[in-house]
Amino acid sequence: MSNSPATPSAVTAKNDDSVGMTYLATLPQQIVTVYTPLLLIVFVLLFPFYWMVITALKPKEHLLDLETHNPFWTWSPTFEHINDLLFKTDYPIWLWNTMLISVAATVLSLIASVFAAYAITRIRFRGAQMVGGLIFLAYLVPPSILFIPLSTVIYQYGLFDTPFALILTYPTILIPFSTWLLMGYFKTIPYELEECALMDGASRWQIMTKIILPLAVPGLISASIFCLTLCWNEFIYALTFINTTSKKTVPVAILSAFTDGDQYRWGSLMAGALVGSLPLVILYAFFVEHYVSAMTGAVKE
Amino acid sequence: MSDTLAGAPPRAAIAIPELTAWQALRTNRNWLGFWFMLPAIAFLVLFLVYPLGLGMWLSFTDAKIGSAGKFVGLDNYEWIIGDSKFQGAVFNTLFYTFVASVIKFAVGLYLALLLNENMPFKALIRALILIPFIVPTVLSAIAFWWIYDPTFSIVSWSLRKMGWISGNINFLGDAWNSRWSVIFANVWRGVPFIAITLLAGLQTVSPSLYEAATLDGATRWQNFRHITYPLLTPIIAVVMTFSVLFTFTDFQLIKVLTNGGPAGATELMATMSYNTAILGGRIGEGAAISTAMVPFLLGAIMISWFGLQRRKWQSGENNE
Repeated sequence: MSNSPATPSAVTAKNDDSVGMTYLATLPQQIVTVYTPLLLIVFVLLFPFYWMVITALKPKEHLLDLETHNPFWTWSPTFEHINDLLFKTDYPIWLWNTMLISVAATVLSLIASVFAAYAITRIRFRGAQMVGGLIFLAYLVPPSILFIPLSTVIYQYGLFDTPFALILTYPTILIPFSTWLLMGYFKTIPYELEECALMDGASRWQIMTKIILPLAVPGLISASIFCLTLCWNEFIYALTFINTTSKKTVPVAILSAFTDGDQYRWGSLMAGALVGSLPLVILYAFFVEHYVSAMTGAVKE
Repeated sequence: MSDTLAGAPPRAAIAIPELTAWQALRTNRNWLGFWFMLPAIAFLVLFLVYPLGLGMWLSFTDAKIGSAGKFVGLDNYEWIIGDSKFQGAVFNTLFYTFVASVIKFAVGLYLALLLNENMPFKALIRALILIPFIVPTVLSAIAFWWIYDPTFSIVSWSLRKMGWISGNINFLGDAWNSRWSVIFANVWRGVPFIAITLLAGLQTVSPSLYEAATLDGATRWQNFRHITYPLLTPIIAVVMTFSVLFTFTDFQLIKVLTNGGPAGATELMATMSYNTAILGGRIGEGAAISTAMVPFLLGAIMISWFGLQRRKWQSGENNE
């Protein structure tokens, strides 16, 4: 932060239109009113992850001994927790389950959402507006009030304790969200493009696959990344519908596996939490902008 | 509804009267819409609408795991309303939702205003702030569980070293401590979402408004109160509705951190319905507890709806 331009004019010149009246504030003023509180908040927001990483890398004997070693740092990092996790437990299987279920649910939801969003914004059948509104309402139905009846439904359909119990129920969380997001994207595509294609004898299917979808790729990426994250994060359905340990997803399995009695295996727990978060964080690092647009897009609509 | 006109089918002019039934199914606007909607509607009806209705029905039955149960009227509701555990859960849920939402809103708005300032590494800072939102709640809750450990808590250790406290803090073992601890974890997880969405709203506010107001002698507070806040109201309404909704129905955090304890001090309606229906096997009673959340959710949706209405009114005719 110390290398910020010293002269106010440099600030205004270097940055875009969002500068506003910042140039009126001096650097010392900004340090007190902006940078210090910001740094404090960022520290609090990131500390748990730092703590997760450092715990996962500490040797076992250091974990429960805060007096002889400085707890904030370790000079003897070890991969024993991560090693144990990957080679002595079912963790890879859980990770695989989570990935498989997330990807399958995301693909199903995206296909359904593309058709739905296209129909609502472009085909404009009778009652399209109302259907759009109802789908938004579905977005507001939280899993916490659905999981009890849903567990009996899953049982009736014979899906209990299979991956399909999750693959088929997650879309109810994902479809409303991604339909609304994609509706926003489809609306920005000029209708004239479609009229031209219709005049030239293209079918609805051709219009969708050859004109609309290629133009809506950023929206599709945003929606799919967000859906993947939501699936990965989902807990209550995974906890309720899956019984067999080897079929569980990471968040559920890790809770039941590493809490034997009173002596929690903190190193393994933290390593599990870390490895379970990494795929999402890496994905996020590549698509930050898509992510933000998905988050804000669904709210702005 | 000018868009309906613009979207009038070009094919209407060349419509052939003798369409067969099969052709009508393929080209008629309404049928086409129906086919396109079918996958989404199928998912939502089978796994959302039907269970939602079924949940209401189950709450009027004495269903147990493995038995369908029979209609018992309002018995479940009468039982849970008189149950002190349920009353405690309602209190905890309302307290948790209200306090966490207020703090989340205050900190989120403050953070959004800070991020809206011009500064170096803005994109990086924004990316870092969102991380708590990306990482699965259960996994970050496990980290908090470790941070809140009664004997090896890093927070207790640091405060002790600084000489502020003499003994370790019993974060999750004491009723009020545990309430504040779970609220803190919830706020920690919720602030990034609120801050980033509000930031997106702030960025649409034209800086010239502030310049004009400042020239007229407005203070920073007046700038905020009379420009930022009114322009941000619609987004605030939507964001806070979502926030309230998800805080009210929170399950993961509590399940990991306290599992409702100590002695029910952090039991929420969602965790109570899980314990009753899934662990206790009393499906009907659990369904009644979760159905009891519906009126509160409807309240939240109404707030959202009025927020959206106001936005249309503010932005004039052009609300597409």
